[in-house]
Amino acid sequence: MTTDGADLAKRRFLTNTTAVIGAVGAGFVAVPFLSSWAPSERAKTAGAPVEVDISKLAEGQLLTVEWRGKPVWLIKRTEQNLKDLPTLDDSLRDPASENDQQPAYAQNPTRSIKPGLVVMVGICTHLGCSPTYRPDMGAADLGGADWKGGFFCPCHGSKFDLAGRVYQGVPAPLNLEVPPHFYKSDRTILVGEDGGQA
Amino acid sequence: MFKSLMTWVDDRFPATKMWNEHLAEYYAPKNFNFWYFFGSLALLVLVIQIISGIFLTMHYKPDGAVAFASVEYIMRDVPYGWLIRYIHSTGATAFFVVVYLHMFRGLMYGSFKKPRELVWLFGMFIYLALMAEAFMGYLLPWGQMSFWGAQVIISLFGALPIIGEPLTLWIRGDFVISDATLNRFFALHVIALPIVLLGLVVAHIIALHEVGSNNPEGIEIKKNKDENGIPLDGIPFHPYYSVKDIVGVIVFLMFFSLVLFFAPEGGGYLLEHANFIPSDPLKTPEHIAPVWYFTPFYAILRAVPDKLMGVIAMGAAIIVLFLLPWIDQCKVKSVRYRGLSFKILLAVFVISFIALGRLGMLPATPFLTLLSQIFSVLYFGFFIALYFTSKNEKTKPVPERITK
Repeated sequence: MTTDGADLAKRRFLTNTTAVIGAVGAGFVAVPFLSSWAPSERAKTAGAPVEVDISKLAEGQLLTVEWRGKPVWLIKRTEQNLKDLPTLDDSLRDPASENDQQPAYAQNPTRSIKPGLVVMVGICTHLGCSPTYRPDMGAADLGGADWKGGFFCPCHGSKFDLAGRVYQGVPAPLNLEVPPHFYKSDRTILVGEDGGQA
Repeated sequence: MFKSLMTWVDDRFPATKMWNEHLAEYYAPKNFNFWYFFGSLALLVLVIQIISGIFLTMHYKPDGAVAFASVEYIMRDVPYGWLIRYIHSTGATAFFVVVYLHMFRGLMYGSFKKPRELVWLFGMFIYLALMAEAFMGYLLPWGQMSFWGAQVIISLFGALPIIGEPLTLWIRGDFVISDATLNRFFALHVIALPIVLLGLVVAHIIALHEVGSNNPEGIEIKKNKDENGIPLDGIPFHPYYSVKDIVGVIVFLMFFSLVLFFAPEGGGYLLEHANFIPSDPLKTPEHIAPVWYFTPFYAILRAVPDKLMGVIAMGAAIIVLFLLPWIDQCKVKSVRYRGLSFKILLAVFVISFIALGRLGMLPATPFLTLLSQIFSVLYFGFFIALYFTSKNEKTKPVPERITK
């Protein structure tokens, strides 16, 4: 390239502006490609609420339903379970559910609308495995007499109580998530909507 | 006839020039030992994977509803489909075996040191791309391990503050691992990453041939050249090393065939048992572990009792390898002439890496977690101690010429 009598400053300016405009253009072109990775409209509509019949749920029983492709648990706790919950507070990370893992109407000692029945997303807050339901009190492999029933994640050993509250000293940082839900009647719960209560 | 054809081609495309530069007149040190097989073997495995992979895509269906069944179809109904799939799955393990040995060779003989820093960096990017390639490939059979392994690894990104959750949603393309995730991982596994890998391999080899190969003595052969500018201790890669490498290829293929025909599942370590069950988003397998080549880093992740810090430690374990040329400041390359401190550190590093690899396969009991923590400290300790000891290491004098 000849530089005889050329205005080098002007040439440099034009080179730089062309490069900048080109980069901006490339940035705009990248948007549709990157956006195409976001959940599709079909994936979003598949998150429709699920109606669950709870009339046949026995005490201590866990019912799993699928909502947005995730397992959602409905557990009917016993009187004894509910009495045990406050005794565990000292060994939990977030006993009062101060982190935003539940709708306001479930931010109470039992993390539920009605004390007995709790609704939770069955996905560990560590790395997304589905914990195992371990209602057997005093299980030797989970701390013996101190174990008042709860959940154990087989992947990395996180433990939760029967209100989905996480124990201290395990990798999971947060309590299990309580999804939006409400009682359509005494017999049915709708998971995925909160019926205007939030 | 052939000669005039080659002249015709050479006038239009530098075929002879490239042949000479990279093979017939590429002078490699005359003292390569068996550790130098693993580079060309990695290239061989890449070719095996590409060919077997192309044929698998002709029968596989990347659709959440039929993916698992299409793999079973390949295994049972496609003529020799079982063989092609087992070649591909055994090839994945073979790839990491030869790459780990190749990397250890570089570590031992100081092949990452000046002027070969870029050879090392391109190599590390190949390793990174290979890990991504293997991870995405493992989702495709759509079994329980595919599903939950991917769930765990993608959730790692969720540990990042603020952007974490939206980022995992964007990677999955859904609220959970789903058909959308499977479909995009398939695209990345068969198109995007292989192209990246091939480009990086070319860059790795061009960078190597620019600076020349290191050798077990760590002597720069370019310092002693004859009157024609040919290194006195060098021999042309072709035919000397091309023929030598054939011996390596044959031995490698013997081991490869042993696994392929007699233990393609590798007792559950190469193809995990839980992956013979179709993926079920509602139930996690009792014990989940990544395939063996990821377990050292997985053990480091589990050793840290905090989600974000665990992810950071795992990332750091890989990133620190990139920095090796600047961490190790010793001028002497080969372990043969380095001080006792380096030999001890290298041994500790190898033991920790293997121990972490074993621990990453086992369930996380309190005792094993403690062991993982100890070996994680030793793993990082290698780099820290190397940084401080390498500068003033008591080394032996390095000979001028290669004599043995």
